[in-house]
Amino acid sequence: MKIIHTDTLVLGGGLAGLRTAIGIKRRGHDVVVLSLVPPKRSHSAAAQGGMQASLANSFKGKGDNETVHFSDTVKGSDWGADQNVIRMFVDTAPKAVRELAAWGVPWNRIQQGDHQSVIDGKQVTLTESEQSHGLLTARNFGGTQKWRTCYVSDGTGHSMLYTMSNQAIAQDIPVHERMEALSLIHDGQRCYGAIVRNLMTGELLAYIAKSTCIATGGFGRLYRSTTNSVINEGMGAALALETSVAALGNMEAVQFHPTAIFPAGILVTEGCRGDGGLLLDTNLHRFMPDYEPEKKELASRDVVSRWMETHIAKGFGVKSRFGEHLWLDIRLLGKEHIETHLREVKEICQHFLGIDPVKDLIPVRPAQHYSMGGVRTNYTGQSPSLVGMFSVGEAACWDMHGFNRLGGNSVAETVVSGMIVSEYIADFMESSEGAISVSSALIEKFYKKEQTLLASFNNKEHTENPFMLMREMQETMTNNVAIFRDETLLQQAVDKLLELRKRAKNIYVESDVQGANPALVAAYRVQRMLKLALCIAYGALQRQESRGAHSRQDYPLRDDKDWLKRTLATWGKEQDNLPTLDYEALDLTQMEMAPGWRGYGTKDRIDHPDTPLRQAQIEKIQHQFAKSDLSKKDETINVLASIQEELMPYKHLLPPSLQGNNERLTEKK
Amino acid sequence: MSHTIIPVKQLDTLRTLTFVIFRHNPADSNNTPHIQRYTVEEADSMTLFIALNDIRENQDPTLQFDFVCRAGICGSCAMLINGKPALACRTLTKNLPDEIHLKPLPGFALIGDLSVDTGKWMRGMSERLETWIHLQEKLVDITKLEERMEPQLANKIYELERCIECGCCIAACGTAQMRDDFIGAVGINQIARFKLDPRDRRTDIDHYTVIGDDTGVFGCMTLLGCEDMCPKELPLAQQIAYMRKKMAFQAL
Repeated sequence: MKIIHTDTLVLGGGLAGLRTAIGIKRRGHDVVVLSLVPPKRSHSAAAQGGMQASLANSFKGKGDNETVHFSDTVKGSDWGADQNVIRMFVDTAPKAVRELAAWGVPWNRIQQGDHQSVIDGKQVTLTESEQSHGLLTARNFGGTQKWRTCYVSDGTGHSMLYTMSNQAIAQDIPVHERMEALSLIHDGQRCYGAIVRNLMTGELLAYIAKSTCIATGGFGRLYRSTTNSVINEGMGAALALETSVAALGNMEAVQFHPTAIFPAGILVTEGCRGDGGLLLDTNLHRFMPDYEPEKKELASRDVVSRWMETHIAKGFGVKSRFGEHLWLDIRLLGKEHIETHLREVKEICQHFLGIDPVKDLIPVRPAQHYSMGGVRTNYTGQSPSLVGMFSVGEAACWDMHGFNRLGGNSVAETVVSGMIVSEYIADFMESSEGAISVSSALIEKFYKKEQTLLASFNNKEHTENPFMLMREMQETMTNNVAIFRDETLLQQAVDKLLELRKRAKNIYVESDVQGANPALVAAYRVQRMLKLALCIAYGALQRQESRGAHSRQDYPLRDDKDWLKRTLATWGKEQDNLPTLDYEALDLTQMEMAPGWRGYGTKDRIDHPDTPLRQAQIEKIQHQFAKSDLSKKDETINVLASIQEELMPYKHLLPPSLQGNNERLTEKK
Repeated sequence: MSHTIIPVKQLDTLRTLTFVIFRHNPADSNNTPHIQRYTVEEADSMTLFIALNDIRENQDPTLQFDFVCRAGICGSCAMLINGKPALACRTLTKNLPDEIHLKPLPGFALIGDLSVDTGKWMRGMSERLETWIHLQEKLVDITKLEERMEPQLANKIYELERCIECGCCIAACGTAQMRDDFIGAVGINQIARFKLDPRDRRTDIDHYTVIGDDTGVFGCMTLLGCEDMCPKELPLAQQIAYMRKKMAFQAL
């Protein structure tokens, strides 16, 4: 058995994994990144529209700051997120975007003077100030009070990923491409690395590390209809689950993006609507204002997706041979705008639909898009139950998204969590906990286990085809565990998934050829994907409320009284058929923003009995400082810091190198 | 380069397609390169992504190929489609004849069948050309306002940065097919991109040391297959000509 030693093993070469690796390397530690594909092919490249950071440079960003970004994100999460982590995030996002600006991302910049723009279906003129010229600009996105989404045309993720990957090359960070971790090596308390399969040669090897960081992205491919890349099968989360020690958080919180092209499911960015695009029905009627008079097309994604499906169910969908869809209309943005700011959208429409969005309507319908849930970590990114195992990005449930993520907050999270968590991983390795002593017997035990599993598929008495099982699972998830859920649908899904889990033990992989062996890959992955699917379906069945993207037609209200808590799923023994669910309460008495209405979506809810009390405390604290003198800049900073200290102190949670205040143009005068 | 125009097929004329695919598994010492034929019933809006997965799932689970985004943005799936390098994921079967020949992209190490190691090649190119910003200062204060940049310049840099390192330009390049050390249009374009960027402190003389010979700009035979085959329609010929002019001045 070949064994490779390093300080930190990072699973995943997307934005989150690479930024984590760079941070660790800068602190003087060794790091190896494993990636299923060449890192520049990672799913981060698919992020089109942009990255939220409250720079407040542009005219429509004026007045923005960390607090506004915080408030938008809390509302977006439907109060399901960890507010401390959101604070850490909004504080670091401007630093992340500026770091990337220095490293070479060609962010779109502000041009001083008048601009034509489209807001709420009308042409408007916006005037950018002379002093903002050449700074980063931002576009509008759903669920935000300000235009806060920094962007590079609609290839933001591509540019960010290339810049990050090139930085990793500059720092001489090895990326072992086409390598897949099959299991984490651990003793029930501490993680020591992973057993890994080379996807080109089929060779199994062991990587031993002081710390292991899961940055494998989301699990969209559990669904048939998804915007995700084919590699997004949730393997990192599955590995954590299979330790039976680490927990997955809020797996039932799955986002559906309103505008996937129909029927291929390929994403067209929220920037289409942010820049002024409209949603139309079969009568070419703009229907979103009927449901959301305030935010219209730019409510949060969970809300827009639900109204779209509702509108289709009412009979207003456009009928086609593949089923029903709605229209996205960006014609009003004009040729020049589309060809400079939405060029990937234009290419996608041209190649996959044979249409030109300058002249034609785009057929769209919501599709699975993002996994809010994932490997549960504390604010440092470490698993609370498995020492030495960390997680970042979409793979993690750090938990800044709660039950719905805002557009532009995911690429932002990848980089921000990489910046923060890499510091904590380095601290961990420099602490007394960092050193490891691992026995070769333990490594061998895990190695043999994977070897045995791989060999077990080559059994001629077995009859199941892994690809067919995968398809049945995907159909089940798309049909039963989607935008609208209820007990019947979810129970059916759990039953079907249990049946598939049974059948998956009977998979026969036809080939025992040397090398890559794609059928073998499908075989071991589908077994793990079924466990994740059960965590989602069973978690959704148990959660008897509607919150964010989790919408139960039989429990239509958000229920803070009984459900202001995070689902934690563990998988006890391999032979268990269902995950064990525990719940972790969100401490309302410590929240900076007490639960309330989001400003869009359903107004009714079941309040927690402590909500009025916390609300009163918050108002009292704000009242105390109401008479403070805010005419001087230094004084204002002190007052705001004091209010924050009273409401919810968080600065101490950030690594010292990231605690500085973010400079803004208005403060420069 | 002229493309043969094939009339768009109507829904009632879905065909039986024949795929003629290059097969070789270098990991198996008994396996030699050969051609294998498969037939697939065409479906409406069928892409090569759909067709190849259909073959793998229903006919031949050993067939190797690479797809990641399946949306034409990640550059994983370039292959020779009836002799021309292109992204398979966004190639619709309705634009192809009844018989579809697929071969792996030439110029890269073969992993198996239609899968080639572009990742290793591109990392090598990046290391050799140092395709990252060489900052003026070591540390940037990220709490401060970002450096300003002219909006038009940012757009121009993005125009060149749209390259997805798919390898089509290498497959379409006469020089790259003859010599392994030629950096190709993908490499020259990278240098042009960093040359445009004021954040990068390198000068023409620095670039000259890495691309100022016939493994770089002077290796180009101006056949310009690169530009014809670039799926992102990057202005590669212009970049090569520009860099060649700049480098020629350095040589004087």
